[in-house]
Amino acid sequence: MDAPLTPAPGRSGAGKSGGRGRAARERGVSGRAPLALLVPAVLGLAFLVLPLAGLLVRAPWPTLLRRLAEPYVLEALRLSLVCATLATAVCLVLGVPLAWLLARVAFPGRRVVRALVTVPLVLPPVVGGVALLLVLGRRGLLGQWLESAFGVTLPFTTAGVVVAEAFVAMPFLVISVEGALRGADRRYEEAAATLGASRWTVFRRVTLPLIAPGVAAGAVLCWARALGEFGATITFAGNFPGTTRTMPLAVYLALETEPEAAIVLSLVLLAVSVAILAGLRDRWVSAS
Amino acid sequence: MSNAVSGSVLGRLSRWAAVVPVALAVLSGCGSGEPSAASPAAADGARQVTVFAAASLTGTFTELGKAFEAAHPGTSVRFNFGSSATLAQQITQGAPADVFAAASPATMKTVTDAALTSGAPTTFVRNKLQIAVPAANPAKVDELKDLTDPKVKVALCAEQVPCGAAATKALAAAGLKVTPVTLEQDVKATLTKVELGEVDAALVYRTDVIASGGKVQGIDFPEADKAVNDYPIAALAKAPSGDLAGQFVALVLSPQGKDVLAKAGFEAP
Amino acid sequence: MSGGGLRARLVVTRPAFTLDVALEVAPGEVVALLGPNGAGKTTALRALAGLVALSPGGEISLDGRALHAVPAERRPVGMVFQDYLLFPHLSALDNVAFGPRCRGASKAEARRAAAALLERVGLAAHAAARPRQLSGGQAQRVALARALAVRPRLLLLDEPLAALDAHTRLEIRSQLRRHLADFDGATVLVTHDPLDAMVLADRLVVVEEGAVVQEGTPGDVARRPRTDYVARLVGLNLYRGAGDGGRVKVGELLFSTIEQVEGQAFVAFPPAAVALYRSRPDGSPRNLWQARIDGVERHGDNVRVHLDGPIGAFADVTPAAVAELDLTPGRTVWASVKATETHAYPA
Repeated sequence: MDAPLTPAPGRSGAGKSGGRGRAARERGVSGRAPLALLVPAVLGLAFLVLPLAGLLVRAPWPTLLRRLAEPYVLEALRLSLVCATLATAVCLVLGVPLAWLLARVAFPGRRVVRALVTVPLVLPPVVGGVALLLVLGRRGLLGQWLESAFGVTLPFTTAGVVVAEAFVAMPFLVISVEGALRGADRRYEEAAATLGASRWTVFRRVTLPLIAPGVAAGAVLCWARALGEFGATITFAGNFPGTTRTMPLAVYLALETEPEAAIVLSLVLLAVSVAILAGLRDRWVSAS
Repeated sequence: MSNAVSGSVLGRLSRWAAVVPVALAVLSGCGSGEPSAASPAAADGARQVTVFAAASLTGTFTELGKAFEAAHPGTSVRFNFGSSATLAQQITQGAPADVFAAASPATMKTVTDAALTSGAPTTFVRNKLQIAVPAANPAKVDELKDLTDPKVKVALCAEQVPCGAAATKALAAAGLKVTPVTLEQDVKATLTKVELGEVDAALVYRTDVIASGGKVQGIDFPEADKAVNDYPIAALAKAPSGDLAGQFVALVLSPQGKDVLAKAGFEAP
Repeated sequence: MSGGGLRARLVVTRPAFTLDVALEVAPGEVVALLGPNGAGKTTALRALAGLVALSPGGEISLDGRALHAVPAERRPVGMVFQDYLLFPHLSALDNVAFGPRCRGASKAEARRAAAALLERVGLAAHAAARPRQLSGGQAQRVALARALAVRPRLLLLDEPLAALDAHTRLEIRSQLRRHLADFDGATVLVTHDPLDAMVLADRLVVVEEGAVVQEGTPGDVARRPRTDYVARLVGLNLYRGAGDGGRVKVGELLFSTIEQVEGQAFVAFPPAAVALYRSRPDGSPRNLWQARIDGVERHGDNVRVHLDGPIGAFADVTPAAVAELDLTPGRTVWASVKATETHAYPA
């Protein structure tokens, strides 16, 4: 996605703020990184990585393979990946339009709405789960109606896991996409309008492709958050093998009796998510 | 362009993130009361006894703690309530506790195996399972067999935690096979599902039903006697306040302690 | 101009700025809005495109149809933006096909039309290129093709050549002039470059601070500037004074002129017509005044001398004269202009 380093003079708008200036900056600033930045940076990295090292050191390596082969591990892993991916899809479908609304439409109370979007970030996930039960549960405000009208109940189902994960992960997507929308050059949208594009066409054919990197970044954050989701899931969707017991739930339960199994499960979750995220990143870079 | 964009995303996130700690601080302020590590308050003469106790003891032990403080002026009791298994692990990892009261012999065994108790644990109460149903009892449950009906949504504790182990034992004793919709990680979570009406029935402790204050209805069943849960208590070997630890255990075992526990629905051992 | 073409009164009121410009452009005519930065030219263009709403009192009609209440996407208007704003994720062909697609053409039709237009602007070979692979001049032509692809009745160009380097500009300017000549709708072009305006436009409308200060053919405007801004653009010394037959009184000075004007009048003369002397010249040439040299700068092959005195003026002299007369800042000189070199007209 990076701009080429040989920009033609006066290229189209993207070039105005893109390639040339940045290339010059990258070349212009050099020399050693200041210690005032380097030291906290290394400490920060250590802070993030050491707990992982702790897991690796304490992992029961001799029994690792045997433990991995247990069917419940794969079952929980599969469920985690499926649910996190579906939750990300839900967040994309609902979150991108919400971000658009926040970034592009001036309406009264917009600041309040924006603050509300962050509620799942600050709400303890367990409380989020209870709140979901109160709304979508069997006796909940909407849940009652869902059950009587459609015979649908969400708690204790895989769909419930997706709902809980989407609830908790959505802010990450909305915030990323809104930021991308605010950073995008709106004049392209005006240009599209003068060419006869309706607002929907503008969004679909101009805005969305322009903010694609931001949407992708948001989707990744969203997916990662959904993958690790625990509190809202166990509260709203319950904990049953095969339908709602995702990896984090399996880890928590294993901690009750068998801390070593919990470490193995955590490592599996980490390894898979890191592998997928690293793979995605490479693909974007090479796609440019 | 990806760098620039993700940079702006991060910038934006960090801007939002700036409000998060504030909000978290407010929230955690509301929900405080859980002690973290040992505080240095003991240094200035005030004495402190730290009790790790199973979540099901929250109400009774808080009451006993107040009584203890009244009887020992200048002393304060701090509690760490939680899942017995988690507490046992915190103790074996070196958490500074004086007393441990567990909801099952198995979890206490983790601590005695590590030779961390001072003397053998004493069973101070027993707790029995009941069928908990929402106050209105929508599925018309009145005996254990009703839980096998596939139309009845049942929540059980996971087998890994004491209430789950007890439920499995009771069902096995009755020769019944129940397919729950969820296996909750602790008894309070199981009870919450009943209170909210998300499930039609659950197997929880009698004491939990009483503590819910009428929001759920408890139904006794004979097989519960086959799965009685013993609660052991022990002062810990490395107790920072050794003598106080013993005195707190004595209070729990005293007639006063028994009285408080019995009111909450516990049975004498 | 009955019914056909553009008739507009563009009124845009903002807290610190008001634009109020009347425009009439016949079909096939090219009108340039010329003015300094911040004069409101671009706002006027955006109002025509529908990107800025008109304030009460404003109206736009195109070929007899009222446009001011029509949203941008339904106006028969094509616009070339200053930075072209080609969609970076689409090829040149798809950029041009974008408009026809939005206006209901099938994908194949739109692409066929787009290919024909790219051919016309000489870019058939670059149809598959992404905007960032195009040079500035190529991007400008794609932008023009994109604007023309919607078959507009009004073509708007915002500083179409400003983003180009001097060399490309010359070439693109003459191409653009040809394409504009082929276009049978009305064209409004915004520029701050007088040369672009003179070459491309049939008529100039000079806008300053939101209002029209002068309009006319390029030749007319160049000969008879009416504001300091226009005078500077066309390279003339310009003064306002009181006419009295063959003389115009500017402050203390009395200019003799060929033309007879009465009442409020302008006098204009080119810097090259000003002669400088170290001492008062013999005889007594008319239109003589004493001035102090305020500054000296290169101007093409000559030297432009900034004169301060009863009137401020520019004088263009040869480098040899600068050396000979020792024209350094601070020195006092005599300046004169022949009556035949001046041009007087009513204000």
